[in-house]
Amino acid sequence: MNLRLTADNLFKVITGVVAAAALFILLLTGTTLLNGALPVIEKFGLYFFFGTKWNPVPGRYIFGALPYLEGTLVTSAIALVVGVPVSLGIAIFVVEMAPRSVRVPVSYMVELLAAVPSVIYGLWGLFVFRFWVVDYIENPLHNYLGWIPVFSGTPFGLDVLTAGLILSIMIIPTVSSISREVISAVPNSVREGAYSIGATKWEVIRNWVITYGRSGIFGAIILGLGRAVGETMAVTMVIGNTVGPAAIPSSLFKGSQTMASLIANGFLEASPGTLEISAYIGVGLILLFLGLAINIFAAVLVTRVLKVKGGAVE
Amino acid sequence: MSSYAFRKFKNRLFFCLGIVAVVVALVPLGSIIIEVVVKGAPELSIGFLTEAPGVVGQSAGGIGPAIQGSLILIGLTSAIGIPIGILSGIYLAEFGNNIYGTLMRMFSDVLTEFPSIVVGVTIFLAFVLYVGHFSPLAGAFALSFILIPIVSRTTEESMKLVPNSIREASLALGVRRWRTTISVVLTAAKAGLITGALLAVARIAGETAPLIMTVLGNSYFFQGFNEPIDALPLRIWRDALQPYPAFIAQGWGAALVLILIVLTINVGVRIASRGRRGFR
Repeated sequence: MNLRLTADNLFKVITGVVAAAALFILLLTGTTLLNGALPVIEKFGLYFFFGTKWNPVPGRYIFGALPYLEGTLVTSAIALVVGVPVSLGIAIFVVEMAPRSVRVPVSYMVELLAAVPSVIYGLWGLFVFRFWVVDYIENPLHNYLGWIPVFSGTPFGLDVLTAGLILSIMIIPTVSSISREVISAVPNSVREGAYSIGATKWEVIRNWVITYGRSGIFGAIILGLGRAVGETMAVTMVIGNTVGPAAIPSSLFKGSQTMASLIANGFLEASPGTLEISAYIGVGLILLFLGLAINIFAAVLVTRVLKVKGGAVE
Repeated sequence: MSSYAFRKFKNRLFFCLGIVAVVVALVPLGSIIIEVVVKGAPELSIGFLTEAPGVVGQSAGGIGPAIQGSLILIGLTSAIGIPIGILSGIYLAEFGNNIYGTLMRMFSDVLTEFPSIVVGVTIFLAFVLYVGHFSPLAGAFALSFILIPIVSRTTEESMKLVPNSIREASLALGVRRWRTTISVVLTAAKAGLITGALLAVARIAGETAPLIMTVLGNSYFFQGFNEPIDALPLRIWRDALQPYPAFIAQGWGAALVLILIVLTINVGVRIASRGRRGFR
């Protein structure tokens, strides 16, 4: 390699250094949060990760992050259970079933869902969607199945279920657009082979297309999970924002709190340098690691599948 | 093996379920747009767009500071983030075919769906606490952390669509590599670059979470680079949680302005780039 100082080498070095911006951002975020979270982790040890009490009154400090971790996981799980079938339905419909003239407008409109800012989802959730949830989902469930613990409590609309359902809408564009790419990357020879032995369209999709693209579709779902886990504003506005043991999502009709919403609500009320702010940073650190793990896992899955596509198509 | 009639029925059934899935996704989109327009449009007036928010008990006032603040934040963020994103994208597209490039590309991917509130907390600790006050600059740093990976990836994608023959033609004329990249490849990829940058700007215009602990939000017009400023998403959030109908209505008005900005960029970019896909 030519190591002399030429304009070309300089250009390469400069752009190369700037390309490390992403690494810089990750490192800065990781070290800053780790540093800020140390005091609370040193003080409470494992209790911080597995405890449920949260008391920010000076002198009675106690901080356990478990309810918010559970809140994040439960709302994200609802988002996946509801959002993934819809997203896959859209992806399959658009690639395999829809007439050509419908494809582009439908996929474009679905992608517009991703363009709507999350605070507007929150506003809509707070003043519109919440009442749909109470009237058409929560009240019927409560009246007929109220004896099951997860459906206990008075339906109020600012709860785990509403937050989960809003998230399920928000992950639709992510999951459906990536699975659409994955499904259209399945070579036509696979479909032709299946048709030639007499399969119906649905059987081709179910038994061949989806099987062929399953790891990419799985990656799309994991990316959707990543979006649900990190989502802040929409959830903050509809989840009811309870704190401490009351935030454990034991019923769908109960106020709760996710890690992101806890930080959005409380962070500014904590004074810098106290254990309280360190506790919020600690929650941020857990969220960071969860988000990183999910995103790296998904990135590996999706790039591997789409690379196969690149090789096969071009 | 089930009968042919049943298999045909199942085929039809899943076709219908596909349509149901599309409808399920489009109902919220339609409802959001209708509600924002119906509840926000009556608020719009020159005064609403230019005046400062009022105090409780008198009129709710306008969202002038929020619009101004959002524009300042978008401008600062673009000034910081777009050049960095483009340079980084240039490296990934032109020289990134190695382990270093692959790693950096993966970090960018990881960052694009990153919990944005975590970025806010980081900037608060690393910048706001350090300089001692909330500021537009802190907000711009936080937003550019979100913008850079997006711009970097879209730059890379659109430069990769430029055929190698164009690079080779330029190099054959004796033009240096860096000059070829900037004058020939970047120019050829211009449309994609602009599209990517605009979409990234639309994305950060609606970001709220990282602004909470970086610009804070207030009711005043721009007061200097060492003071908090307002922003549209923050205004919507604060208004929505007010118990006063006049402020909630203001929130819907602000939501209409924000959604108009974001959707105009998205739809405009889509229409402008229709039918133009690289060099194929």
